[in-house]
Amino acid sequence: MTILDTPPSPTPARLLDTNGVGRLLDALREGGYEVIGPTVRDRAIVYDTIGNVADLPAGWTDRQDAGQYRLERRDDHALFGYAVGPHSWKRYLQPPATTLWRARRTDDSFEVETVADEAPSRFAFVGVRACELHAMRIQDRVLDGDQEPDPVYHARRNDAFIVAVNCAQAGGTCFCVSMETGPGADGGFDICLTELVEPDRHVFVAVSGSVRGQEMLDVTEPATAGPDDVRKAEAVVERTAASMGRSLDTRGIHDLLLSNPEHPRWDDVAARCLTCANCTMVCPTCFCTSVDDLTDVSGQVAERVRRWDSCFTMEHSYLHGGSVRASARSRYRQWLTHKLATWLDQFGTSGCVGCGRCITWCPVGIDLTEEVRAIRDTQPTGTRSGGSDGRT
Amino acid sequence: MARAHRKPRLAVWKFASCDGCQLSLLDCEDELLAVAGAVEIAYFPEASRAMVRGPYDISLVEGSVTTPHDAERIQAIRRQSRHLVTIGACATAGGIQALRNFRDITEFVSVVYARPDYIETLATSTPIAHHVSVDFELRGCPISKAQLVEVLSAFIAGRKPVTPAHSVCIECKARGNVCVTVAHGTPCLGPVTHAGCGALCPSYHRGCYGCFGPMESPNTRSLSTRLAALGMTAGDIGRVYRTFNALADPFREESEAHDT
Repeated sequence: MTILDTPPSPTPARLLDTNGVGRLLDALREGGYEVIGPTVRDRAIVYDTIGNVADLPAGWTDRQDAGQYRLERRDDHALFGYAVGPHSWKRYLQPPATTLWRARRTDDSFEVETVADEAPSRFAFVGVRACELHAMRIQDRVLDGDQEPDPVYHARRNDAFIVAVNCAQAGGTCFCVSMETGPGADGGFDICLTELVEPDRHVFVAVSGSVRGQEMLDVTEPATAGPDDVRKAEAVVERTAASMGRSLDTRGIHDLLLSNPEHPRWDDVAARCLTCANCTMVCPTCFCTSVDDLTDVSGQVAERVRRWDSCFTMEHSYLHGGSVRASARSRYRQWLTHKLATWLDQFGTSGCVGCGRCITWCPVGIDLTEEVRAIRDTQPTGTRSGGSDGRT
Repeated sequence: MARAHRKPRLAVWKFASCDGCQLSLLDCEDELLAVAGAVEIAYFPEASRAMVRGPYDISLVEGSVTTPHDAERIQAIRRQSRHLVTIGACATAGGIQALRNFRDITEFVSVVYARPDYIETLATSTPIAHHVSVDFELRGCPISKAQLVEVLSAFIAGRKPVTPAHSVCIECKARGNVCVTVAHGTPCLGPVTHAGCGALCPSYHRGCYGCFGPMESPNTRSLSTRLAALGMTAGDIGRVYRTFNALADPFREESEAHDT
């Protein structure tokens, strides 16, 4: 189905310098890929089409906290020295708006035409983090499963070439260690880089995770990484793991949340929640969409457009007569319990990868790790350390 | 299927307003011929002196009610309109001129006009829905011409218009904008404001001014706490809610909470 099924090949680690990364980007483009990666725009590190290595955010980093993101200078020229930004790869795999089909009126009937996806034939995603690889796996289960795979997602996902990067720096809202999704990539990539910035050299330890990854890496004429380099790369990941900005105690979280639907904390968070939906827009796994049926002014053409939706909108839960989840309390509770609890029932994993985007990009800084902690800490004695479902 | 019945008859009415919203119809450019082909533009003084008598299938009403004469006129328009659609912040929320509702109108009149005795005006500026039943309210100061075409298309087809009532933030994120509040510390009303503009101001690194009025479930109180943390004074916060949609209940109540 996807490269996730390809076991990582046991090839030796390679060593690239910045020029080598440049050659990799060139090789991907020459290989027919549209190369998407991190770049600085509007005082943030976003994902966009990148031309060459100069488009990467060399020497930039970010400072993140609840409701706050600031782009800052580093004192070196690291290419990947920052945490995840406001964009996720969802933007490319499940675009914000897609026209699904169009119908035209004919003399006595109508004709339906399918609308071709505007995506380039193949994406190469550069700088994908471990949490984001896990987010893709989660979306694969939702959108690209054996039953009713989504054709738009499938086509965009299937051929995507993935250059992962092991995180060398944890963001202020990161908690991938709690969710067991990072900070080191554990598969699902074609190539994985670990950046080593040292006083006298700036190199990338590269391993391949697929045959095409190995072939692409060979094109960049890499050196062989020594045991010392490999050890340093491992140390980078260990150091990042030890400096997470946030943590989430997931023990028994399924039962904890589902056994507390009337906890007063839901009212507390509802007083702060704007129901603006930013958390769901930036979440790399939130997949909800809505469809609009539109007609043109002449009445000759109709089309169905799918667009990102959110469980924080009233329309999302609109049934005959009104919205089922009219209050902010019910909408926040729906989001959090789905993300951290019922997702387990539905798809076999948590819906959260610990990337911290929902914390950083909430305009009022609501922190789901804090909300869960508040519910756990005010539990009757005996359930505080979590339930026994063992699913986390 | 051939559609034998006559084209719907459209009227465009003006109340207290700047004309910007009805001009959006003339601004449609690419779609204007299609609109003119789909409806009979029966009454639109801004565009044509030719005026066809009612009744009308669709009346677009711009502006708010600010005079006794207007209060009578809207009743007559309602009677001859099958569907009455208000366009813009004035018609839907009283407009910027509803700022008078918070002050003494006689004082304004005495200061502004050389002969106050010539002025016959109401003490308040009120939305059309305060006077007659309204079939659909299109938000915005000014309205989005794409949404206007969508509303006309929907009424012609007999379907519900697609004009989502969620926050501007969703449009911002769909565009791929970087949040101006989180990343720049810029105050922004986007989280409490009705979508429709396509996140115009944040796309140019400005905070949202709330031109489309309150979104479906605005938590203005929580946002105001954040605006204060960003350095806005109580006076600033009161004023930011008191612009084009000052009379819309959630914005009015929030501005009054910050009256100093």
